[in-house]
Amino acid sequence: MLHTPGAHPVAERSFAHEVGKLRLGEGEEFRGEGILAVTKALLQSGVAYVGGYQGAPISHLMDVLADAQDILKELGVHFEHCASEATAAAMLAASVNYPLRGAVTFKSTAGTNVASDALANLASGGVTGGAMLILGEDYGEGSSIMQERSHAFAMKSQVWLIDPRPNLQSIVQAVEMGFELSEASNTPVMLQLRLRSCHMHGRFPARDNRRPTYTLKDAMETPRRDVSRVVLPPATYVHEQEKIAQRWPAAIKFIREHQLNEFFAEDAADFGIVMQGGLYNAVLRSLQLLGLANAYGDSKLPLYVLNVTYPLIDDEFKRFCAGKRGILLVEEGQPDFIEQNVSSILRKADVVTRVHGKDLLPMAGEYSGAVLLKAVTRFINLYAPDLLHGRELPTEARLALASSTLPPETPQTLAIKAAADEVQPRPPSFCTGCPERPIFTAMKLVERELGPHHVSCDIGCHLFSILPPFNFGATTMGYGLGWASASAFNGSDTSRRSISMMGDGGFWHNGLTSGVGNAVFNQSDNLLLVVDNGYAAATGGQDLPSSRAGNLRFSTGHSIERAVRGVGITWAKTVTNTYSLTQMRDTLRAALTTREHGPKVIVAQSECMLNRQRRLKPQVRQQIAAGQRVVRERFGVDPDTCTGDHSCIRLSGCPSLTIKSNPDPLRRDPVASVIDSCVGCGLCGEAAHAAALCPSFYRAEIINNPTAWDKFKARLRRVIIGWLQDRIEYRLKGIQA
Amino acid sequence: MNDDRVITIAILAMGGEGGGVLADWLVDLAEQNGYIAQTTSMPGVAQRTGATVYYLEMFPESVVPAGRYPVMALGPVPGEVDIVIASELMEAGRALQRGLVTATRTTLITSTHRVYTMTERTAMGDGRVSSEKLLAGGRAAARHFISADFARLAEAANSLIGSSLYGALAASGCLPFSRAQFEAAIERGGTGVQTSLKAFAAGFDAAVLARSPAVAATVPAQPLPAVGTRLQALAQRIRSEFPPGSHATLIAGISRLADYQDVAYAASYLDRLQPLAVNPLVTPVLLDETARHLALWMSYEDTIRVADLKVRRSRFQRVGAEVRLGASQQLDIYEFLHPRLEEIADTLPAALGRWLLVTPWARACVAPLLGKGRIVQTSSLSGFLLLYGIAALRRLRRVSLRFQNEHQRIDTWLAAIQRLASQHPALALEVACMQQLVKGYGDTHARGWHNFQRVMDKLPLLQDRPQGAQQLQALRLAALADDDGKALDGMLASL
Repeated sequence: MLHTPGAHPVAERSFAHEVGKLRLGEGEEFRGEGILAVTKALLQSGVAYVGGYQGAPISHLMDVLADAQDILKELGVHFEHCASEATAAAMLAASVNYPLRGAVTFKSTAGTNVASDALANLASGGVTGGAMLILGEDYGEGSSIMQERSHAFAMKSQVWLIDPRPNLQSIVQAVEMGFELSEASNTPVMLQLRLRSCHMHGRFPARDNRRPTYTLKDAMETPRRDVSRVVLPPATYVHEQEKIAQRWPAAIKFIREHQLNEFFAEDAADFGIVMQGGLYNAVLRSLQLLGLANAYGDSKLPLYVLNVTYPLIDDEFKRFCAGKRGILLVEEGQPDFIEQNVSSILRKADVVTRVHGKDLLPMAGEYSGAVLLKAVTRFINLYAPDLLHGRELPTEARLALASSTLPPETPQTLAIKAAADEVQPRPPSFCTGCPERPIFTAMKLVERELGPHHVSCDIGCHLFSILPPFNFGATTMGYGLGWASASAFNGSDTSRRSISMMGDGGFWHNGLTSGVGNAVFNQSDNLLLVVDNGYAAATGGQDLPSSRAGNLRFSTGHSIERAVRGVGITWAKTVTNTYSLTQMRDTLRAALTTREHGPKVIVAQSECMLNRQRRLKPQVRQQIAAGQRVVRERFGVDPDTCTGDHSCIRLSGCPSLTIKSNPDPLRRDPVASVIDSCVGCGLCGEAAHAAALCPSFYRAEIINNPTAWDKFKARLRRVIIGWLQDRIEYRLKGIQA
Repeated sequence: MNDDRVITIAILAMGGEGGGVLADWLVDLAEQNGYIAQTTSMPGVAQRTGATVYYLEMFPESVVPAGRYPVMALGPVPGEVDIVIASELMEAGRALQRGLVTATRTTLITSTHRVYTMTERTAMGDGRVSSEKLLAGGRAAARHFISADFARLAEAANSLIGSSLYGALAASGCLPFSRAQFEAAIERGGTGVQTSLKAFAAGFDAAVLARSPAVAATVPAQPLPAVGTRLQALAQRIRSEFPPGSHATLIAGISRLADYQDVAYAASYLDRLQPLAVNPLVTPVLLDETARHLALWMSYEDTIRVADLKVRRSRFQRVGAEVRLGASQQLDIYEFLHPRLEEIADTLPAALGRWLLVTPWARACVAPLLGKGRIVQTSSLSGFLLLYGIAALRRLRRVSLRFQNEHQRIDTWLAAIQRLASQHPALALEVACMQQLVKGYGDTHARGWHNFQRVMDKLPLLQDRPQGAQQLQALRLAALADDDGKALDGMLASL
């Protein structure tokens, strides 16, 4: 499984070819993805260091940085793959005493939660060099986490929140201005990138990269300290006063002077729309569909775009609302912090403009194109219904104004409804050949013997166990917190143990202390199962301390079993081949039934199949081309012995193990079928054995470039087996036509 | 001010399918040919085989005034999408569900193949949704509807479905680019160019065909399946003694049973159905269903049958085709067998088998051979001879323990059908269908037979109820609802 250092393939997606765009200079046009543009913006801003922790939607930002090592080195930029978001946020401490610009990135709010300790301390003392947190806002459709807002973190720590218009030029500008804002107000800033912006392809005019004027070397060789920046009373009381008396006004001044927020067609009507910058494109599309704006953003309605959503600028609101009957505030997510703030600003200023927002828009959920179009239509209908008359309105706008009567049913609508009714959800699932699947198959088999157990889940691909066909797992409380979230179940009055899950990612993130250390200290008698697939797989296959791949950039190969023994676990077993269902099942059974008291840890170790295939496929192709003997394995099902019960699928759920119409004219139920995407992981055969399922499975071994010995054996077999097969055919002669 | 020049495209796909490559080609195609393009996608775990949407917008550079730049949306607005591409049929249904397909505007290009959902795959019987309904919905919803099995076309070209769908999009004429311009984007992409172009061409042609006015497909009348010379007499008997409605099933039945045992066994199948055929009260459906289930039951899957099917030349050839064995490659086949004591006893002559099951020391003697899974290499001489030897036990099957047991069960079941045929035909039909529960091997078979018995025990109760047939059907479906029999328990308790 080990492979040579240096030949290590980068994460799931390689940006090796695209990082060349980071070298573009003044006068050239950049074309590419959002995350690449952000990286370019960092280089144009003269950062001295960058760090972060992977997680959608900014995983690829980490991958871009990792692939851009050469360019970073040339510019003297230090890049670090941080151990967690807390580590990343703490890294920004380099900007406290030194005029160093630095940026870290992680997903939000999951990562911001983890980072908030460091973030609060950073925000208290304030910064000298520009410090930026790039947040991948994982909210709305496609999100994989709880639905919360980063806005709350900005408010509680008084960190400025930038939410630029979603086009690359605006985003790049926001990064550059963000550093200046941070320095002008001695406050860290957060740049919020929404899900779809990260992977948006677009263009912007590039500028030259800048080397940091002050370097990490300078800082390390001439260290500075200022006790007034350290978070310890009485300095903390001073920090709070500073935030209000100095940093906040400085930020307001900077935002106003540099016009970070934008006004469009300010006086075009006596009502207008205020929006978070990130929602500008969708709002504008709504106006465009209603005939109230053109494709270039020329609007017939006044628009006020908050590219900085925290803090709000009271004077700008007063200015925009002057002479307006009402405004629509487009603020995604809840609580409606901005709306509350705006109401307060206007009330205190005695401005009578009505504030609409969550009355016309839904309180919760993503503001998709359809949602916004409806709300904008209703708003305009309140203030200037004439604008909507005499033109053909788009479908969603008509729906927004229609009375509650349903449109009449036609054969068309009935057919569409019938089709829509057939649609089933298709949640994500374990990939073909995933080494985590057999762990849960083994748990199913053990459950049949020992009965159900409380299963506590964690964050990672293994969380797919909560869905069919496995249906394991009661809670997931956060990354690395799988065992911690079962810590209440630690009594001596039952012999039934709880099972906690954790991935290698969560384990190194904090699970080693929050879960394992805690279980040792509190003398837990329960089981932790660490899924060690060699990568932070769910976030795109990044390396970890326990990765088994050779790696020049990081120190890897640190054993999880040794780590848990190091903090005091005595019952620890490593299963090095999770596909061995019997081994996996027996180890699980032993952990759940052993008389030995104390916390137990099983490390279930097999390489992530997605990454393994990516690593091996090119090698295998080369070997075959070079004439070497290469055996490819895959599984199959004999349709004539399969009876269509699908027990095998209920124990696996592998995408390559599916169903097809029964070729037998007498049978109706579809038969199981293995499709060609099968990678021959072996689970099908193991499950057929361990669960005594069915003899329909076979393993096919396809020998490429057979040797002379292979060929000799084949010839011999052809003769003897062929003769016997002739006899079978003789017996069956005259039955089929 | 309304500006309709933007072209909007939504691609509904599943993670890992290569929808991203398709989006990348489209961006390159647009940018190289005078258009500004923007694409967005959903990163994250949705990429792990889940449903996902890529969204693209294209805007002609020629109309953009100097110093301006169009504002592009990052997600689709229902009713405002020009082109929807679905990489699978249910995903096309999802596009309808989300309102992305409009009759006034949208061209819907979908592959007709199915990638079954977990719910469909894990059903204990047939849980598949209706492809016909999905197709009809697509046809009703779209302005232009282009459908073909683009997955198969791509596979035939050794490429991914994105290529064939890209070809179909080129053929649809929805985008202002020529075929050569489409192909140039693939060439610039640089990976798998030849196979992608081949799949592109196949997709293109299929879409042209799909767009041409539909030729009324004439379904040729299905001729009865022919049988070989040794079954001619039985086929003749079927024609003269049984109503035409059941001929196809009966022909399939005798072929299967002669293959399974011998011609005499096939004849005994017709003998058993004879009383139903002559009973004027028996409906054609009842006869047909009983004939179908009887054929399946009489060809129960024992060790002999499994071995017999595994060693055939046709099977070796089928496996070779399935794994796409190349001319220069060699194939080995390994079976996963799990012989248990019951299977040994079943294969022995009835008295000996029964004795083995109840004699502890005899069981202890065989035990070491059993209990764990064995992998048999059928393509090797030893493995082949082992299975060939087991298949040869076919001659002794009639005296085996399993044969006795199964035929007793069949007799009881058939007797119940015959008894109910006249007085309670609907219930008789449901009894015939009960055979569906008894399938599989080992534990699965034991569970099925157990459920069968539990349900059939209620027959005396059900035959006096007017709703008896419906209730029996409900019990059968409950038995197929889950592995652990919870649904059936509940249903039985509520009777």
